[in-house]
Amino acid sequence: MNTTTDPFQERSEAAVKDKKLRANFLSAMNGLMEKRDLAFDDKTQLEALRILGAQVRQNSLVKLPELLVELETKLIQKGVQVHWAQTPTEAVDIIQSITLKEKATKIIKGKSMVSEEIHLNDKMEQIGVECLESDLGEYIVQLAKETPSHIVMPAIHKNTAEIADLLHEKTGIERKEDALYMTEQARLQLRQNFMEADIGLSGVNFAVAETGTLCLVENEGNGRLTTTVPKTHIAIMGIEKVVEKLEDTAPLLSLLTRSATGQPITTYFNMISGPRKEDELDGPESVHLVLLDHGRTQMYQDDELLDTLRCIRCAACMNHCPVYTRIGGHAYGFTYPGPIGKILMPHLEGLDETQSLPTASSLCGACAEVCPVKIPIPDLLVRLREEANHPNAQSSNVKGAGVKRRGMEPVIWSMWRWWHQGGTRYRLMTTTLSRLRFLQPGTLSPWTNTRTLPKLAKKTFHQQMNARAKK
Amino acid sequence: MSARDAILNALQQASAIRISNGDTIPERPSFKVMHRDYQGHRPLSQQLESMISKVKGEVIRTSQGKLDETVQAVLREKNIKRLLLSPESPYIQSFDAFLDETRLYDEAIENWKSELFNDIEASITSTLGGIAETGTLVLWPSVSEPRLMSLVPPIHIAILYESQIQPTFWHFLRHQKWSEGMPTNALLISGPSKTADIEQTLAYGVHGPKELVVVLVEEESEE
Repeated sequence: MNTTTDPFQERSEAAVKDKKLRANFLSAMNGLMEKRDLAFDDKTQLEALRILGAQVRQNSLVKLPELLVELETKLIQKGVQVHWAQTPTEAVDIIQSITLKEKATKIIKGKSMVSEEIHLNDKMEQIGVECLESDLGEYIVQLAKETPSHIVMPAIHKNTAEIADLLHEKTGIERKEDALYMTEQARLQLRQNFMEADIGLSGVNFAVAETGTLCLVENEGNGRLTTTVPKTHIAIMGIEKVVEKLEDTAPLLSLLTRSATGQPITTYFNMISGPRKEDELDGPESVHLVLLDHGRTQMYQDDELLDTLRCIRCAACMNHCPVYTRIGGHAYGFTYPGPIGKILMPHLEGLDETQSLPTASSLCGACAEVCPVKIPIPDLLVRLREEANHPNAQSSNVKGAGVKRRGMEPVIWSMWRWWHQGGTRYRLMTTTLSRLRFLQPGTLSPWTNTRTLPKLAKKTFHQQMNARAKK
Repeated sequence: MSARDAILNALQQASAIRISNGDTIPERPSFKVMHRDYQGHRPLSQQLESMISKVKGEVIRTSQGKLDETVQAVLREKNIKRLLLSPESPYIQSFDAFLDETRLYDEAIENWKSELFNDIEASITSTLGGIAETGTLVLWPSVSEPRLMSLVPPIHIAILYESQIQPTFWHFLRHQKWSEGMPTNALLISGPSKTADIEQTLAYGVHGPKELVVVLVEEESEE
């Protein structure tokens, strides 16, 4: 592989050299790790809760097709309109057609990573509909014409000074490096928009099949405004977000907020079970739910990769990842960065597009150690590395499998294996190599770009041990 | 095939293969980790107070007999002049003396959106109860106390009865059998609105209320 043209390689090299970016991420990740640790002061209880969290998610996934039908039935009974989309394009089409039907020109948005996944804002702009982000971090990222660099803290890559510059330049407020002042200004700027928007669009943290309830976790209140003030509410979620029972939300909520930001709970937990009833005085008149597949059924078909779908998007894996901390979220180049992104994006976009992601890990295992639902992320990374070298792409469950397989590489490895399988031929090979050590190249790029190449020994290990035995 | 059928077919086929390979539907997991030892009302309300104080929620303790007086004192202290009340509120007449206006939430939001967003200074709502471990208020907005009452005014005053506090959210769901019927909107509120999106600096009052005052009505029979 020609590594110099790999965009991930280029982006991560640039990110590692960006001192300001690294300082921003380092201090943020250190802070988040410490907060999480303090929030789970009882490690025995944490472990028991993680086991329950994993079971709740796993059990819901086992019953996923039934639960989706149950969720749909309950939501329809309550007057929610349910839409299904296999691809991002289908999801965008559904949202565009609702927008056209409602003659809407302005959408106010709560934070939704699935809407990022389908690049909704750009697509809506193309038909002349404005999408305005109302989560403060998303608002900042949108003003900067960037994408979120973290799934919980979208603007974490920027420091206060950079945000002060941005808000001054884009919104005309006074330039003050004061988070409280800037927050107040954003409140004022967005208030009018909540009143004017025709549609509110949000994500979903958990969808409860038993009761037909859409749950939203947030701190700012923008999620509540988004889902309450405009005439129409559109919620969008991946099909895996469903849980079986209402009580399942309790342990998941507790794990989610503590893992994400170290909070015992977020300021708001909003449980929506339908549009405004006839006698009610506020709330949206119509509620839509868009259920998106986008590679999720692919993961579902594989017993091992299925575990990826347990994720509750807390971002603890990226907060604890030594790679993420050093390169930041944008270097990955895809909607979901960090460890979860590395095991998720190959299914969403295909391994051919994302082949660098599973290898961008030292397999240190910190992500699996903190995952609140016990996703074995390093195992899945190794599995995806194998899939990228899969000898028969047709028989693989993963789109783009075999993309990294090169003609000579498997031949070399099978020779390697053959050499190591017999005592005589192994000794013959090592003796030959030690005799031919003068032919050894001085550098072996790219490996030796940052390392010294070890020199082959004059005598093989066997020869040295035999010599010792004779003494 | 519709997108719905295609998605469900793919999932059902995978399920069927798993079942034919011997997988069984697992039992419901044990929620033992959520269980708590019984405590009286007072320790629970103290825990709630300590938790909600950490996120800038104010707790003012009172008794049923002094409830009116306590709420009046809050309104005076915060210099509130325009108050939003439920049409069924017991306080409709009691604050007339020092308020400029008592607005009742008695018509659809569309008719008075700008007034709600721009003029109202505070609201008073009831609560369904509280959650001790997380310092949380539980609200079920209704026809008489619509959703935006607890969200748009800069100050939210909530009346909480000590006897209605549960140790965790899970206890609430269990004891009150929420799964048998959910309202269009149910809410957990833990403090005033906040954000840490600017370099992790905590800032209160971003989109929702800037202040949350919990008037906690103590159980008189306790202790």
